[in-house]
Amino acid sequence: MDYSQFLAMKQEIGLLVVFLLVFLYDTFASARAAGATGWVAVGLFAIFTLFGFCPTVSEPAEAFAGMYSTNAVMATIKNILNVGTLIIMIQAITWAKQDAVAIRRGEFYEMVLLTLFGMYLMISSRHFLLFVIGLETASLPLAAMVAFDKHRYESREAAVKYILTAVFSSAIFLMGLSFVYGLTGSLYFDRIGIAVAEGGLSLMLIVAIAFVMGGIGFKLSLVPFHLWTADVYQGAPTPVTSYLSVISKGAAAMAFLIVLCQVFAAAYADVWEWMLYALIILTITIGNLFAMRQKNMKRFLAFSSISQAGYIMLGIMSCSELGTAALMYYVLVYIFSNLAAFGVIGAIENNTGCVSMEDYNGLYRTNPRLAFTMMLAMFSLAGIPPFAGFFSKFFIFTSAISQGSVAIYVLVLIALINTIISLYYYLLVVKAMYISQEQGPVATFRSSGSERFALWVCVAGILGLGIVSCFYNSLLGIAGV
Amino acid sequence: MDFIIPLLILAIPLGMFLLLGLAGMKMSHKLAGVLGTLGMGTVLVLSYFTAFTYFFSGNPEFISEAGVRLQSVIFNQEWLAFTPNLVISLGFLLDPISAMMLIVIPTISFMVHLYSLGYMHGEKGFQRYYAFLSLFSFSMLGLVVATNIFQMYIFWELVGASSYLLIGFFYTLPSAVSASKKAFIVTRFADLGFLIGILILSYYTQTFDFITLTSDPGAAFASTAGATFMGGSVLTWAMVLIFTGGMGKSAMMPLHIWLPDAMEGPTPVSALIHAATMVVAGVYLVARMFPVYLAVPFSLDFVLVVGAITALYAAIVACTQIDIKRVLAFSTISQIAFMMVSLGAARPEFHECLGYMASMFHLFTHAMFKALLFLGAGALIHAVHSNNYTQMGGLHKYMPITNITFLIGCLAIAGIPPFAGFWSKDEILVAVYSYSTFWGVWMTLVAGLTAFYMFRVYFLVFWWNEPEYHHRPHDSEWTMSVPLIILACVSVVAGLIPFGKFVTWQGHEYIIHMNWVVAGISIVVAVIGIIIAGVLYLRENDRPKCMADSCRWLWTAAHHRFYWDEIYLFITHKIIFNGICRPIAWFDRRIIDGTMDGFAIVTNKASYAIRNLQSGRVQNYVLVYLIGALLLAVITAWCLA
Repeated sequence: MDYSQFLAMKQEIGLLVVFLLVFLYDTFASARAAGATGWVAVGLFAIFTLFGFCPTVSEPAEAFAGMYSTNAVMATIKNILNVGTLIIMIQAITWAKQDAVAIRRGEFYEMVLLTLFGMYLMISSRHFLLFVIGLETASLPLAAMVAFDKHRYESREAAVKYILTAVFSSAIFLMGLSFVYGLTGSLYFDRIGIAVAEGGLSLMLIVAIAFVMGGIGFKLSLVPFHLWTADVYQGAPTPVTSYLSVISKGAAAMAFLIVLCQVFAAAYADVWEWMLYALIILTITIGNLFAMRQKNMKRFLAFSSISQAGYIMLGIMSCSELGTAALMYYVLVYIFSNLAAFGVIGAIENNTGCVSMEDYNGLYRTNPRLAFTMMLAMFSLAGIPPFAGFFSKFFIFTSAISQGSVAIYVLVLIALINTIISLYYYLLVVKAMYISQEQGPVATFRSSGSERFALWVCVAGILGLGIVSCFYNSLLGIAGV
Repeated sequence: MDFIIPLLILAIPLGMFLLLGLAGMKMSHKLAGVLGTLGMGTVLVLSYFTAFTYFFSGNPEFISEAGVRLQSVIFNQEWLAFTPNLVISLGFLLDPISAMMLIVIPTISFMVHLYSLGYMHGEKGFQRYYAFLSLFSFSMLGLVVATNIFQMYIFWELVGASSYLLIGFFYTLPSAVSASKKAFIVTRFADLGFLIGILILSYYTQTFDFITLTSDPGAAFASTAGATFMGGSVLTWAMVLIFTGGMGKSAMMPLHIWLPDAMEGPTPVSALIHAATMVVAGVYLVARMFPVYLAVPFSLDFVLVVGAITALYAAIVACTQIDIKRVLAFSTISQIAFMMVSLGAARPEFHECLGYMASMFHLFTHAMFKALLFLGAGALIHAVHSNNYTQMGGLHKYMPITNITFLIGCLAIAGIPPFAGFWSKDEILVAVYSYSTFWGVWMTLVAGLTAFYMFRVYFLVFWWNEPEYHHRPHDSEWTMSVPLIILACVSVVAGLIPFGKFVTWQGHEYIIHMNWVVAGISIVVAVIGIIIAGVLYLRENDRPKCMADSCRWLWTAAHHRFYWDEIYLFITHKIIFNGICRPIAWFDRRIIDGTMDGFAIVTNKASYAIRNLQSGRVQNYVLVYLIGALLLAVITAWCLA
């Protein structure tokens, strides 16, 4: 075996190096030095994130007889995930100082890095075996992360629910894969693609595609594979929730795009376009309908993120380069907007322990800057111009419409109507913070430096990503439009 | 000519607006006021330089070898291109009338800046006031130097917006707020006509550019031949609609109702906006488009008739007002109407468009003496703290400077030689007589009324009987007196300027010949007006009351401005509100809101109905998952088969 081909996996290797260094530091650092584990991990990971932007990283490469490949698009989505992960790691520093968590805080960072590694594999694999390994690497440690507050009942319950659903979902996914293998005799993406194109449609293929969609839809929390989401998001520690809601989701969205548009490209028009169509409508609508009723902020954002996932899927609908660019851009903007919201929630939770929406009443009077950040995040998630969320929605709608059939117009119309519904519940938060006369229990406090830094970054992203056109333009260039 | 100085003329007021608007509240009152005044002083110097360069340098850019003054575009930056022809540019056009306005506007504006240092002393929002003044000066300057009709429209609206801000400056007074709203809505309504006119014109001529439009109207309108709308050619419609915009800004009947109310603004603002600059925008517009109007004789006749009726109406109303600023407001309406009539009566066959020259001449002199009168009124109001002449009287003893300067203003507006108003008004009358004797007599009558109502105010304020003053009135401080004196001097000599050398139609030099018959008539009429005023109002007596009582209905009607405001209120409140707005409001509330509420209720119900999906039991989750995946496959397969 030619071991030099490992060098093709520049980002994966780099990430593993970061992981090992953090692991070694965490294991061998003295008790006093261990307090800095978070910052060490952040520092190393920041260097690695910068490394991801080197031009050599985005060069196309292949390894292991075509099981692994990378190119500019994949490198870019990995970079986007890196930026999000970095923000989460910074946000988690304050949380990780709590007594109940501090003793295990190194594990948190290690598991973040490991799951991220799994997501890299999901994105870069060209073979379903490697894909499943990536998927499981990205899933199983997450259960441990969800249970990180193991003394809290909700955290444990959430972990159990997560692992059970995840295992079930993997089983379904693997069953779908075995059908695929049975039909095509291969697990290589390109060979499956050719075989599907030649073999034509069959009931087996349809079932296989439905199961594969279920397997990845689970990670994206598409309706009806989403039921675990709310309980897990609510029970998990806030940094883990934000990790689940943006990074895990962003990686799965890209993997979904690759699987559908490359492996099953031949079945696009007949089979999965309509499946996805139905899933998008269900996901956006049901996510919205549930989000309206939520009283707990984390649960509320869980349903909001379900409906956002529906919007992300619109980028896959057209199965084009434009859609790829719009999807990457949406994920990027979504990372900043959602992390701003979770950052505020985390800061308030760390300082006061409040997570209910009622607790946010009158937040503007006590903590105006946090309230303002939260408002920006809500506006961006709702897609109000001139914030980045407006542009990401606009581009993803444009990419979907570019496909040009009447059915797609109807789909985008439904998505637009849902945007209005979503505006209602996003503004509920703003209303509680700014307009409500009652005063919630949150007193004025000063959030820690790391939290504030992360929020500043998110606010800059919300304000800048949309207006500064070079971000979207460069994504367009990378996607090859 | 280099573009730097013209650019600075526009940039300094804009910069001053931004500076005072953004950083003004951090400054002291004095600093903000001095900064604003200095900025305007710089603009004054620069625009004098520009105008004098234009008139006297003899540069072939500005004057041809035959002595014809040319239109010269200093710069013209393309801004927005609709089609290759239809381009909106922002530029700087220098020709006789814009050069003249470059003298008028900064002069008055600078005087007002200086005067306000004293008048507005200690007012809350002093810095804001200066910021708005700068914005207004910027808009007005941009309007007069516009190279194309769309640029003019942009600045036209800016003028409207800044006058709205200035009229409503005392925003805690309900009357000021409603006056500013009224001014904005009425002029904005008129501007709707202006915009439609611009669109029609540009649609048919494929250009916004003034020079293209005016140098050869015949060619520009070739494509409109035969296009008619409701019995009139589209061109007539376009020009009448464009004039509607001018009617709004220049307060011609029936769109004059905003100007008297606009006196709620600070008095220096009235001097700046409602005497010298903004209200002449309509006249300027017609003058700017004059060759085009000339191509459509009907539209010029329309201008003439509207102007003549307005002039008489406003003069009559001015005779019965109690508030001296309102008298001045109606006098302004009447004088602006003089300019309009003069433009309307201008034809090439009568003294090479004498009316055009006369109108611009009157614009110039009127700006000076009307600003003087307003600032004088400001000094009076400052001294006795009331707008009503019933609170004044016998002031000549206490306020000699104000008395003399105000008298000069009155003599100038009445048309007594050698004061400025005589020369320009005489030219107007000559122009109107040569066009039509009927309108000539009409306007002579109005001129006599002008002399009467101005001296009525003068006598009532400075002579008549002295009321009890709480504290002795006195002349104002130097920042207020100096502008009065300067403007008074200008009002004395401005008429002697050989205006025909500078501002004429098509730039040819025109030697003014005195028509002694017309001049004699106008002097006699003015003197009669003054004598009647003197008999009635010099000393306290009951003759005015008897006269008013003898035809009480006419006096009451004139005092209520012939019920124009009531007519508008009736139309808006009774007819428009009840007939149109109520049904629309009902439709909006019941049908549109109802539909939306219905959607909201349905959404809410749906949300409630499906809540059990999220049961919290992981067995159910997995079951839904499996059923979902299977259904997806089954339905797809079923649809395909």
